[in-house]
Amino acid sequence: MQHKARIALTAAGLMGLSMAAQAQDGESYITLASTTSTENSGLFGAIIPQFTDKTGIEVRVVAVGTGQAFEIARRGDADSLLVHDTAGEETFVEEGYGTERANVMYNDFVLIGPDGDPAGIADADTVAEAMQLIAESGAPFASRGDDSGTNRAELRLWDAANVEAEGDWYRELGSGMGPTLNTAAGMDAYVMSDRATWVAFDNPQNLELLFEGDDALFNQYGSILISEEEHPHLKHDLAEQWHQWLLSDEGQQAIGEFEVKGQQLFFPNAD
Amino acid sequence: MNDMTTHIMTDTPPLSLEGVTFTHRGQRLLGPVDLRLTGCRRTLVMGPNGSGKSLMMRLAHGLLAPTRGEVCWEGRTPRQAMVFQRPVLLKRSALANLVYALAVNGTPRRRRKAHAREALERFGLGPLERRPARVLSGGEQQRLALARAWLLEPEVLFLDEPTSALDPAAILAVERSVQEFHAGGTRILMSSHDLNQARRLADEVLFLNAGRLIEHTDAATFFTAPASREARAFIRGELVL
Amino acid sequence: MPSDTSALNTALSLILGFDPALMEIVALSLRVSLAAVLMAAVIGLPLGAALALWRFPGRSVLVVALNALMGLPPVVAGLCVYLLLSRAGPLGELGLLFTPTAMMVAQLVLVLPIIAALARQQVEELHQEYREQLTSLGLSRLRMIPTLLWDARLGLVTVILAGFGRASAEVGAVMIVGGNIDGVTRMMTTAIVLETSKGNLALALGLGIVLLGLVALVNAAAYVVGETARRRLG
Repeated sequence: MQHKARIALTAAGLMGLSMAAQAQDGESYITLASTTSTENSGLFGAIIPQFTDKTGIEVRVVAVGTGQAFEIARRGDADSLLVHDTAGEETFVEEGYGTERANVMYNDFVLIGPDGDPAGIADADTVAEAMQLIAESGAPFASRGDDSGTNRAELRLWDAANVEAEGDWYRELGSGMGPTLNTAAGMDAYVMSDRATWVAFDNPQNLELLFEGDDALFNQYGSILISEEEHPHLKHDLAEQWHQWLLSDEGQQAIGEFEVKGQQLFFPNAD
Repeated sequence: MNDMTTHIMTDTPPLSLEGVTFTHRGQRLLGPVDLRLTGCRRTLVMGPNGSGKSLMMRLAHGLLAPTRGEVCWEGRTPRQAMVFQRPVLLKRSALANLVYALAVNGTPRRRRKAHAREALERFGLGPLERRPARVLSGGEQQRLALARAWLLEPEVLFLDEPTSALDPAAILAVERSVQEFHAGGTRILMSSHDLNQARRLADEVLFLNAGRLIEHTDAATFFTAPASREARAFIRGELVL
Repeated sequence: MPSDTSALNTALSLILGFDPALMEIVALSLRVSLAAVLMAAVIGLPLGAALALWRFPGRSVLVVALNALMGLPPVVAGLCVYLLLSRAGPLGELGLLFTPTAMMVAQLVLVLPIIAALARQQVEELHQEYREQLTSLGLSRLRMIPTLLWDARLGLVTVILAGFGRASAEVGAVMIVGGNIDGVTRMMTTAIVLETSKGNLALALGLGIVLLGLVALVNAAAYVVGETARRRLG
């Protein structure tokens, strides 16, 4: 009987080894650290196959908050970076982790709230006014609170509106965009979202898009090439091909053609 | 060496206990005990409950190390086996329990099964070979433990109250097995608090009381003319303090 | 919520339709969790048995530490494995981050303490009973280990199932070290998190039902095997 046990042990060992071995096969792929908005809206699902068809390079997307994406890239765990925090991206390049940053596309942020609009932001002229109205009304506001690109943009907007984002009404969730929308829907809170995630979001309940269109809500996405000096082991050649494709006419067209529920979500604007 | 009746072991090394003492948490439970056992005799270890019989058996067999003193075999360590009051059987079939013991003592794989079956037959367990050992009756379990001991071809067999939980028929079977072991040349060291059993089996008696060895005498002497007050009381069936 | 009623339908159509994406996710989840549990068993069972048999200085500290690690938060385990496998970390050279292997390692870290700690308890109990007989047969402690593990097998199956339950239900660790990459490291649990964040609650719940069904299936199989063995061995 112990004979059988020995066979089982051997089988287990082999299985473990085969798991380890699978990671070693040298397929042609890059790891892209990006944000949840691009992944969750389905953009990557639409454009990456076109890139893979052309080049044979697979793109594996790790979709996290912008803060975590920077950290992953800084540690050398991703070959390429596509995020939406221009100031942070420039710092990343200045610190020497990135060699080149380019505009790829933009969309915009929108303000979402319960359908009764208790703060009356739908009639506001500017986003600063809208945010002041929310703060004054005391209606709950759900913030990502996760150091993501959206979170950083939101904090800049409160600053610009001269509002102290503090108090009972201001709820920091420490979650991604999707979970934050779920929570906001549950407590009838106002929330700022990128348009792409909002349009693709399937559980709005009472939430509605209440304010949009201010230039201050502009949301720029940039692609960054990671420093070969800092991380020589990365697949810089493949990452460069991806970066160039995003900026090429073909890549830009693919981004522009992507639609959810009949709406274009990202607007290509490579220089 | 399977047929023990033709193989008389005359060279079983003597066992001696010298000043053997066992203490647990500062309390002396046994000793100091001095004794020497030779030849192929049937030695019955007697005494009231708590007198240290089991402890002395375990020290002699090497399951426990004495706190002070020494247990030594003169010349070489003989093959030994022990049968416990409550047989410890593995969670496998009767046959597998015996095959296991053979595997442990290094019997080549191809000979184990046949050898084990032979032991089962010998101890009247043949039809039960595929039954899980742990669902056998108490008597069957003790016979299986004896069969396991038999496979080890012991020169010295320790039995710690092997019949105290059994019915008369099962006791008889165990006692017969003990006699067979002895006839095959195995030295027997068996503890019991049953005087009649001792009368049936013993060549000599070790009488313990309160952790001390009081008497070490021939059975005939012990039962007819015990030297100590405690042994006399024990034989009369009185409570010994 | 409309999702409550449609979740079951979604789950059924996913399963009955043999949705290829779902099958891939299920296969990966099973592969990673089973491999992690097998590795944990291969390491944890002898380790637990050794802890049960040997007395050495610091043993009680080790036992308490092992018991405490049973409650290790998955996110913490994930973070530790992440830092270990990250390029900037000590094992970065292996390039294992964001692969199924990394997820297996993370689950191994979570499951190993459970299997080792519970195996120690089971083996220690059995050892109490067997010690004198096995010593009498002349077994060293090292040679007792296979015997004790084999004879404790019915209880150890439950131990391994507990490990499998922890591995397959876990999301925090595999999310961090796997990255939830579509088609590469997306598992049942990370897919559920993703669909929830997309507001696709019916699909998320449907996936949850599929996961629950799988775990139930594995447990039922183990139960049947265990009961049969129990009846046979007494």
